[in-house]
This record gives sequence, C-alpha cells and structure tokens, in this order.
Amino acid sequence: MLDFARWKVWAITLTILVGMLFAVPSLLPQKALDRYPAFLPHSRVSLGLDLAGGSQLLLEADVADAAKQRITAMEENVRTELRNDPRVEIGDISTNGGRISFMVRDPAQLDTGVERMRTLAQPVGLTGTRAWDVQAFDGNRVVMTPTAQGSAEALKNALTVARDVVRRRIDPSGTKEVTVINQGAQRILVQVPGVQDPEALKALIGQTARLEFKLVDQSADPAAVAQGRAPAGSQVLPLADGTANIAVQRRVMVSGEQLVEAHQAFDPQSGAPNISIKFNAAGARRFGRVTQENVGKPFAIILDEKVLSAPNINEPILGGQASISGNFTTESANALAISLASGKLPVKLNVVEERTVGPDLGRDSIQKGIIASVLAVMAVIVFMLITYGRFGVYATAALIVNALMILGIMAIFNASLTLPGIAGFVLTIGAAVDANVLINERIREEMRRGRKILDALDTGYKEASTAIFDANITNTIAAALMWYFGSGPIRGFAVVLFIGIVTSVFTAVNFTRMLVALWVKRRRPRELHI
Amino acid sequence: MRLLKLVPDNTNIDFMRWRNLALILSIIATAASLMLVGVRGLNLGVDFVGGQMVRATFPQAVQVDQLRDQVGALGLGEASIQESGGPTSYQIRLPRPEGGEAAANAAASKVRQMLGSQYPGSRVDSVETVSGKVSEELATDGALAIGLAMIGIAMFIWFRFEWQFGVGALVTLFHDVSMTLGFFSLTQLQVDLNVVAAILTIVGYSLNDTVVIYDRIRENLRKYRKMQTVPLLNLSLNETLSRTIVTSLSILLALGALMIFGPEVIFGLTVAIFLGIFVGTYSSIYISAPILVWLGVRPDSFLRGEEGEKIERRGDGAVV
Repeated sequence: MLDFARWKVWAITLTILVGMLFAVPSLLPQKALDRYPAFLPHSRVSLGLDLAGGSQLLLEADVADAAKQRITAMEENVRTELRNDPRVEIGDISTNGGRISFMVRDPAQLDTGVERMRTLAQPVGLTGTRAWDVQAFDGNRVVMTPTAQGSAEALKNALTVARDVVRRRIDPSGTKEVTVINQGAQRILVQVPGVQDPEALKALIGQTARLEFKLVDQSADPAAVAQGRAPAGSQVLPLADGTANIAVQRRVMVSGEQLVEAHQAFDPQSGAPNISIKFNAAGARRFGRVTQENVGKPFAIILDEKVLSAPNINEPILGGQASISGNFTTESANALAISLASGKLPVKLNVVEERTVGPDLGRDSIQKGIIASVLAVMAVIVFMLITYGRFGVYATAALIVNALMILGIMAIFNASLTLPGIAGFVLTIGAAVDANVLINERIREEMRRGRKILDALDTGYKEASTAIFDANITNTIAAALMWYFGSGPIRGFAVVLFIGIVTSVFTAVNFTRMLVALWVKRRRPRELHI
Repeated sequence: MRLLKLVPDNTNIDFMRWRNLALILSIIATAASLMLVGVRGLNLGVDFVGGQMVRATFPQAVQVDQLRDQVGALGLGEASIQESGGPTSYQIRLPRPEGGEAAANAAASKVRQMLGSQYPGSRVDSVETVSGKVSEELATDGALAIGLAMIGIAMFIWFRFEWQFGVGALVTLFHDVSMTLGFFSLTQLQVDLNVVAAILTIVGYSLNDTVVIYDRIRENLRKYRKMQTVPLLNLSLNETLSRTIVTSLSILLALGALMIFGPEVIFGLTVAIFLGIFVGTYSSIYISAPILVWLGVRPDSFLRGEEGEKIERRGDGAVV
C-alpha cells in the first residue's frame, strides 16, 4: 500500500492533468477562450443537434431509381461500344424487366457482341463476379442482367458520390459545421446546426441541375417539332420560358458532369447575371472539337430537359470556358452555379426521417442541465463527506477529477453532448462514487475484523477490485450495445456513459489509492475514521 | 466528527427468510406488468410507430380540447395532444400523411401556421417526422439492443462465475425490464428512443448491483465451505448491504436533482432510471440471490476438475 512507485504517482498525476487541461476550453466562455494561449488545446465539447438546435435529415436512396439510372447509363455505353470499329449493327435496345436486351443483325457477329459486352461488365472488386451477366439467346440476341454484387457495388458508389454532392450543395464553401455521412448501405445522414427551416434544406438537397449541351437538329420539320415529333436520333425539348419547342440531337456534346467550375458572373455587354463555367480537360477537348466541326450552327444549352438558350457557334470554343445566359436573377444564377458545381445526384434520395429542434429548447435544456449537474455533484459530495469523512474527501476529489476528465476526453474525441448525454453525465456522477463506496465499505469491514490500519487499507483496495471490475463490465456491455444500435442522441448518451465508466474506475482505483498512500506515508495515522 | 452510518455494523438480517414470499410477489408483479403491456399497450412515440410530432410551448396554458379541435380542423388525420414537460408545453402527434414527403412538409407547415395565427407568442420547439420504414427499424433495433444486452451480460456473468449465476442474472434482468415496461404502460408516458436508453441503463446498473453481491457470495463460498447456502447468502447480503444502500442513494440523489431541476424533455428517461434503481436494488437482493438456492449452488460450484474430485473423495468437505 505504501510503496507507491514514484513513476506511478507521476503517470497518474499527468494523466489527470492532461484530461483536465482538455476540459478547460469547454468550461470557458468564448471570449476567454479567444485569449487563451495558442499552445493549449482549444477544442471544446460540441453540442448535439438536440441541444444546439438545427435540422437533421435521413435520406434514403431510391433503389429502384438507382437501378433504372444504371440501366440507362449502360444502354448508352452499349450503343457507344458497338458503334466503335468494328461496328456491330444491332436492332432496338430493350430495357424491359430491368435487363438490357438487343438483337444483333448479323448472327455471325453474335460472339463478338457478347465478347465486347463482357468487357463493359467490369468485375466487382476482388469477388470475381462481374457487374453484369452477359448471355446470348436464340442465336442472335444478347441479354445483360445486372448481378446482385454489381448492383450493390453501384449503389455503394452512387451513395458515396451522392454524399459529396449533398455536402457541396448544403455547404458550398466548406466552412459550415455540417455533418453529412453515409449510414448503412443506402442512407445518408445530414445534420445542419442552426437551420430551423428544413424545407429550404430539402430544396437545396433535392434540386436537380442536369446541364447538357446538344446540337440543334436543323433538319427537323418545324411543324412536326411544334407537335412534339422529332426525327430519329433527335428529341423535342421545350424552351425554358415555355414559348416554343426545339428539336435537338439525342447525342450529348458535353454534360454538366464534365464541369470543374461554375460561378455566378455578369454578362460584359448587357450586365445581366449569368453563369461562368469551365470544363475539365476531356470536356474541353470534346467541346472544342464539336464546336470546331459545327461553326455557324446553333447548339442548345439544356437544363433539366428545358432549353435555356440556343446560341449560334460563332467560332470554335477551345479553352473549355463558356458562359450560360438565360433569364437569371443574381440569386437564381448563384443557386444554379452552386448546383452545377456540386454535380448531379447519381441517385434519387427520399427523406425518411426528419427532426428539427428550435434553438430555445436547447438553450433551456443546457441551462437546466448545468443546474441539475451542479446540484447532483454537490448532493453526492455532501453525502460522501458525511458518510466517509476523510475518505469522503478522497471520493470527492475523485468525483471532481472524474467529471472534468469526462469533459476533457469528450473534447479530445470531438464527441458531442446530447440531451440524453446530460442525463448520462449526471448518472455517472451518482454512479462514479460506487467504486469508492465499494473500497471504503471494504476497508470498514476489514477494520471491524480487527485488521491493522495498513492491512485494512491494503485488503480493502485489493478485495474490492474484482467486484469493481466485474460490476463495471456489465455497464460497459450495456453502453456498447446502446452505441451500436442507437442513433444520434442515444449514441451521445452511450459515449458519456462509457467514458464515465472508464474514468470513474481509473480515478477511484488509482487516484484515490494514491491520495490515501501519500497520506498514510506522511502522517502514519494510528486510527482510521471511516 | 461522527460519521453517518446508514446501516449499522454487523447487521444480521435474515433476508432469505422472506424469499418465497418475495418470489411470489415478484412473479405477480412481473406477470401483471407484462399483462398490462399486453392489454393496455405502450404509448409508443413517433420514433417507433412513425408519423409526425410537433412540440410547442405556449405563453400560457391552453385548453387541450380546443387545441385538439383546431388541429383536427386542419384535416391531417387524428391528432393526439399531450402535455410535455411543463404546463405550457404540448406535443401534437399526427399520423404520417398519405402521399409521402410533400404531404409531410405541408402538414408540418399547416400546424406551424395554425399555431402562429391562433396562439400568438407560441413557439415551435421541434418537429419530427419519421417514416414507417425507419420507425420499424428503430423499434427492431431497440428491442434487439435490449435483448442482446440482457443475453450479453448474462453470458459474461456465466463466464466470470458459474452457470447458476448467469441464469440468475438473466431472470433478474427479465424482471427489471418487465417492471419498467409495466411502469410505462401504467403511466402511459411516451416511449421513445430515450426510453430504450433508459432501459439499457437500468439493465447495466441493476446488474452492477447484482454482480457486487455475487462477487461476495463467490468469495464467501470459497471462504466458508461448510456453511449452508442460505445462511451464506444472508451473510453476503448483510456484508454488502451498506454498500448497496450508499451507492443506490448516491445515484438516486444525483438523479433526483436531474428529475426536479433538469430539462423536461428527458423527464421520462430520468424517471425510468430513477425507478429502475429501486427495482434493480430489490431484484439483486430478492431475485438474483435466492435463485442461487433454487439452482443448487454449493461451495464446490467454484471448484472444478481435479480439485472438485478431491473434494468428492474426501466426502465430508474437510478441505480448508
């Protein structure tokens, strides 16, 4: 009991000091924190959405839509691939029943067709399974069926992209404290502190901005176009203002996905707001080539299947820079620029859960939580002091250190404090003394059995430790499962509980033991009041 | 200074004397709780049944009937209105509207508008919308978490002690969880995600208490090999009684402060844990311990293999 190695004293003291040092920023008001020396930690315990106020959305990918989009993209790939040399002539591509199926006109080319389709069906990871199952039927038909692994992989990729797109849309400058994370196989969790209007948030996320550049089909018969009919290879699209229809080629010159930059600007001649865009290298090359080949002809700038404008190509546009004008206000141009720059959502997202908390509720809760915590600490301290005297002082010291260390560790790991987390904190305060109670009761018992002071202290700490260990494991199991199955605030509760268990065992067993050992060494007490 | 001793030294309470009576009471209470849950049901919140919940605070107390009529007039389906926390805070629950997201948005803003025009000065504290699919998952996850926690802890106890102790732990937890659910059914307090957290906390702390007692029983079984099981359990319970009381009281003190002065929104969570501590303390004395008698725990339960055989050969337990 007495031989408490010096290094142990240092290690314990240091651990506690570091923990407390990290707790300090959370206790200081913001103003004081600003003046706080730069070399000291500055991170504070962040507040969960239920305390800070804000909106939370849980978005779920529309799996059916993802599958449909995948088929459409594949259909396009198939067409492009078979058009390449040596060209394989095919009939119409059918996408019925979630499969791609087409007829090869010359049965002799069937094997080539199948072979080239297999190269399109990428293997999935290291599983050896391909993303599409390609088979030949009836001597002239190729059928491509998406495999389960391929679909899962595609969905996973789509969600990763979607997550980034959502983040860019909510937080284009990347400076806000928003959380956008993937959750499970098909969900994205969005948390935006401070936002009280989830409708605006949803509008921001859900906005589509599919930008395409297509050549205008000048061969189309104007009368047919007005009735909505277009020649093969072309389609009829309405103008954005709804005044007329226009026929454009189905083939996309360049699309919004090839943008690297989009920002709101002003037309140098008219001063009207427009959007200045810049293509990536491949997009710029392609745009340059097509404009070079089609000087003098008009092309259409299409946003979400509506033609914004159809200017003439006066000269080849080679630098990859262009601007989009339309009937924009500064705001609408800016909003469009953001959605263009953020890219296209690769899959439709539905809101399956939505929670908004006003700022007042959280503020009330924090205030009441602080009052309750302080009162809880005081009540437990008084109780410990009148029950255990000197050993109550040690338990109190452990309790205070423990409370500060919980805050410090939460700040280090950037865990957020939630409303149930406050309950976890208060509960931990009450339960943290349990280890000390176990030890102190055991010491009392050993004294009653007639042991000498040192012996009683030693046995007390030693015998109590198995009970402390076993008893805290049960709480750890509960906290771990709470964390695993819980979401949001409940996780916050579990985190506080878990940290509290670790720190309370540490402070009770090591810290108070050290205090007792130092006291005994210095004073050599002849009797023990406990 | 004289120190406070809630439990006098060397108590010798014959806890086990009432074990059969306690067993009957516990069985009745557990069965009654489960029946209550079955018949009366639980007041499940939007977290578990889906729908919308708007929580609002008004400048003064409102007529609930009037508010219900006003919400009903919006044509959003059957609304339920409950006081939440203080006398001026209410929660309005609506079924999830048909027609997906757009309809849900419309419903929430209709309620907001109505509150703004009919109750100037009221504020909307929170709006929650949970779809049927998510609420089903949350309910499954919650049940799974509680079930796994019970099994996990029982397995741990089995691993650290003996199978009888594991069974004891499981039965104790079943009792505690049933009683807690019964409490929520009786009071019709809303069961939301927080309550799942509360139940898990109760599971953890109830067993904390049980483990301390089991630990002492194990120690005494090794120490007093000739002692009969019942007196040995009594001895262990008496030895740990002071600790049980002091710890439970300090947790109750802390929770009491939270219950009286803490945020209203987590009142349900706090009340559940507060009561759970009582139930847990009772059950660790009157369920966890007597089960060991019924399951036939004896001093040699902790002596396995070679050592156990040795005891058998010596017959009369002359091992010291």
